[in-house]
Amino acid sequence: MAATAQLTAFFKKRYTAREGKSMHPFRVMVFKEVSDHVRSWRFIILGALMVLTCMGALYTSITNLSAAAAKPDDPDSAFFFLKLFTVSDGTLPPFFVFITFLGPLIGISLGFDAINAEQNGRTLSRIMAQPIHRDYLINAKFTAALIIISVMFFALTLLVIGCGLLMIGIPPSPEEFLRILSFLALSILYVAFWLSLSILFSVRFRQAATSALTAIAVWLFFSVFYQIIINLLAKSFIPPEGMAPPEQIIRSQKLVLGLSRLMPGQLFSDATTTLLRPSVRSLGPLTMTQVYGAIPSPLPLGQSLLLVWPQLTGLIAATALCFAISYVLFMRREIRSR
Amino acid sequence: MEDRYIIELDGLTKRYGTLTAVDHLDLKIGKGEIFGLLGPNGAGKSTTILMMLGLTEPSAGRATVCGIDATVSPVKVKRKVGYLPDNVGFYDDMTGLENLMYIARLNRLSRKAAREKALQLLERVGLADVAGKKTGKYSRGMIQRLGLADVLIKNPEVIILDEPTLGIDPRGVREFLDLIVGLSREEGLTVLLSSHHLHQVQQVCDRVGLFVSGKLIAEGDIATLSARLFSSEPFIIEAAVDVPAGTTPELPAALILLRERLLGTADIKSVTYEKGTLKISCLRDCSAVIARAIVETGAGLTGLSKKAYGLDDIYQRYFEKQEAV
Repeated sequence: MAATAQLTAFFKKRYTAREGKSMHPFRVMVFKEVSDHVRSWRFIILGALMVLTCMGALYTSITNLSAAAAKPDDPDSAFFFLKLFTVSDGTLPPFFVFITFLGPLIGISLGFDAINAEQNGRTLSRIMAQPIHRDYLINAKFTAALIIISVMFFALTLLVIGCGLLMIGIPPSPEEFLRILSFLALSILYVAFWLSLSILFSVRFRQAATSALTAIAVWLFFSVFYQIIINLLAKSFIPPEGMAPPEQIIRSQKLVLGLSRLMPGQLFSDATTTLLRPSVRSLGPLTMTQVYGAIPSPLPLGQSLLLVWPQLTGLIAATALCFAISYVLFMRREIRSR
Repeated sequence: MEDRYIIELDGLTKRYGTLTAVDHLDLKIGKGEIFGLLGPNGAGKSTTILMMLGLTEPSAGRATVCGIDATVSPVKVKRKVGYLPDNVGFYDDMTGLENLMYIARLNRLSRKAAREKALQLLERVGLADVAGKKTGKYSRGMIQRLGLADVLIKNPEVIILDEPTLGIDPRGVREFLDLIVGLSREEGLTVLLSSHHLHQVQQVCDRVGLFVSGKLIAEGDIATLSARLFSSEPFIIEAAVDVPAGTTPELPAALILLRERLLGTADIKSVTYEKGTLKISCLRDCSAVIARAIVETGAGLTGLSKKAYGLDDIYQRYFEKQEAV
């Protein structure tokens, strides 16, 4: 009892100390944005969606785990725990594919009304009249959404790990854990890209609905139509087998692959596949001479990371570019109340 | 001498493409003054205010507020200036108190100090009983008063109010303006308020500036302005007369007689008659002479009033001039 009283006294003191201290305005803004998000219906719905996704993915992977583990020639058999994230029987996609699909939705929904809602609520000029730098607002919006995404993803992934641990009874090896963590970091980065894209639209378009629709249109374009276009191109580019010299075939293959990597979703799924399936050795075409003599064994984590480095930098660059454009647009904008 | 003026605008100009919104504006506002920026919509009032806060960069000229160049270091200026934008908005899903506390904390007040200050100001503007209500449920007048508290929470030296009375009912306007005047007098605040409502500004401002299409065409207190504008005929006296109705559609004979007699008097410039009222403009106050003349002509005098020029007339006069040009 005495210990509890001491503890309460300690926290009370900490709390009162914090009450009396002034915070940097940027932190105040981030706090406010985070609490706005957490209290909103939007966040509750997204959270529910994510929890359902996790449960569904976990269910399919666990029911199919024994079948997957029984394959004797599987080079990934040492990484049993990672299968929790990748195995599926085809009825429901595995966890990482779910993230490829849902990530954009989360990013877009957290950012599409970042700036234009302030403008339409006529709070923008009031906030801008406070002694803060103008970029605090857009930076705080981005930071807060990123914090929300990170916390949500961390919590859910750890939840999946925990449930998996309870059900299959095998703990992950340190390398598996690190791989899962890098997968997590990558997912957050992927969502951050969509977040910064939707913030860009929220600066550009006055109406929140327009900005949301535009962001969703971009997402649909990349996830549906872009693939169709690339398939059409590939058909006309790549000569039928045996009709052209191998160099030409490789060249056109590489071109098609390069085009499809303009798509952020492709970068993400390339990278996650490599991270979660350690046996993946290359993301491009391999010739027979390259494969000849190779033992189908998993790569160490460092090598896998090296393999996805271009994908990683590509995603970071795309995120930074979108954010930079929205930053410049916002800084040059004249703050009017109407 | 330098710090006698708290706001100094020096050749301030803002151009949007070919449109010049503010054209070489020079203006000095002293400490503790209530200054009214008057002009029709689109005259460049808001743009001028934005430049004073460093929210918009001027195309030319300088805006100095509290001795700080607003374009170069806007954050320092914004620390000392409270700004109430026209059509201000608050975060609808936060309470009035939370909204105020947020702004207070952006001004580096601690949570505790912010709460105390916010409660004190809510009391001050008469919103203490709705402090815990979400601002989405506030009425327009309440929002405006919350806006005033929001402006005051940073302990400003200057407050700038852009169209503060827009959309409030007449009684609310009266109370709101009284609140502003009271605050300004008590705490020595300099107030700059823009409006296109002449009467309201007239009631509270020490000095006004008339602003038309980007130019400040006149400034000074209302008496000075009217004296300058109406120097040819500074006094207008209205006399309500009761003339025995004639049979002819023309003016009654008594009235014609009266007009001739009045025009014959020194200092009286013109006499017009309309629906029982004589409008006499003269160079000095001739009410006594006029009254005697009316009575002696045999007409009944039912009312006599001296008309002072208000901002309305000043305004009107300017637009007449402009149309003439």
